[in-house]
Amino acid sequence: MSIYAYVVAGWLLVMGSLGIVRSRNLVHAVVCLGIAQSATYVLLLGVGYQRGAKPPVYGSAPAHPSLHVMDPVVQAMTLTDIVVSATVTALLLALAIQIRKRRGTIDPDELTAIEG
Amino acid sequence: MSRPLRLVVFAAGAGGTAALFLLAVLDMPPFGSRFHPYRNHSVPAALAHATANVVSSVNFDQRGMDTLAEESILFASVVVVATLLRKTDDEEWRKERRGRVLDSTLLMGWILLPYTLLLGFDVVAHGHLTPGGGFQGGVVLGTGIHLLYVAGRYDMLRRVRPIRPFEWGEAIGTGAFACLGVAGVLATGAFLANVVPHGTFGTLLSAGTVPILNGAVGVEVASGVVVLVSAFLDQAIGLETAPAGGGKGGRAGNGRDAEGGGNR
Repeated sequence: MSIYAYVVAGWLLVMGSLGIVRSRNLVHAVVCLGIAQSATYVLLLGVGYQRGAKPPVYGSAPAHPSLHVMDPVVQAMTLTDIVVSATVTALLLALAIQIRKRRGTIDPDELTAIEG
Repeated sequence: MSRPLRLVVFAAGAGGTAALFLLAVLDMPPFGSRFHPYRNHSVPAALAHATANVVSSVNFDQRGMDTLAEESILFASVVVVATLLRKTDDEEWRKERRGRVLDSTLLMGWILLPYTLLLGFDVVAHGHLTPGGGFQGGVVLGTGIHLLYVAGRYDMLRRVRPIRPFEWGEAIGTGAFACLGVAGVLATGAFLANVVPHGTFGTLLSAGTVPILNGAVGVEVASGVVVLVSAFLDQAIGLETAPAGGGKGGRAGNGRDAEGGGNR
């Protein structure tokens, strides 16, 4: 099952997107977007994983540092990913509040007409 | 588009995406293998700059430019949320409401407040040595302050935590990161170059600019979280539609009319 982790990532992406498509509530849609985005965390960390390797944090000065650690580059990218996800969530929730104030609903199906 | 039709369109798109994704995955190096070319380059580079936490080295030293962009995204989103959720003319501050807080909640809040803040500073300060850093520690600091809200009252939080300094902190944190980048240009000609002496591996004073950038990010993230949470708390608790608006039903209509009159 060497591709299991990658399949989990693909599954999260598709299920999160399905949740957005089926959503009747913008807050629910934002949460689904978060789930879809968490696919990238699983994918990135899965790419960087190595069996039996240690975390990429060294305790004291290593004389002959072992290179067999998890890939730190994808871990750093995951951190970036989480930060961006959090900011996008905040932004979308603020927009949902504004839509509720202006239009009186947060059901995407009722928000059909474009208002300027 | 009707809901069933939308699902059909989605099924086609999702099926195609899933098929292509599976094809791509089948050709990737197997999960858990020893093949990690990025790691083989980034780890020696981190050790050369005396950075124990390689992830921090990647974030703040090897690709600090990306982190500056990431920080700018955070900054922009906080500014936009604060703008979207600012108090409008037809809203006013709610009267102070005195609720009752359980003594046990109060006690836990006051015990956890200093502990959480200390933990946040620790995570920021040791970002180059142990897992953690400015982003993680900043979130701990920013949320820790809101124990005041959990263990007390909203109006107390608003009195104890003036929002202005945090708005400044947000800007100063972002600015400090960019200034350190410019310092790198002046010293070596490369933006965000690690210009500070690297120090002894594994000690607090090591990794050159990494802990300084961590501190700048910590200030920015903590301030940003406080500004964000306060904007949402104001909407949820602090603000209410002015009585003249005529209750909830009239709220949406009035807001629209007011804006229409102003903009068109």
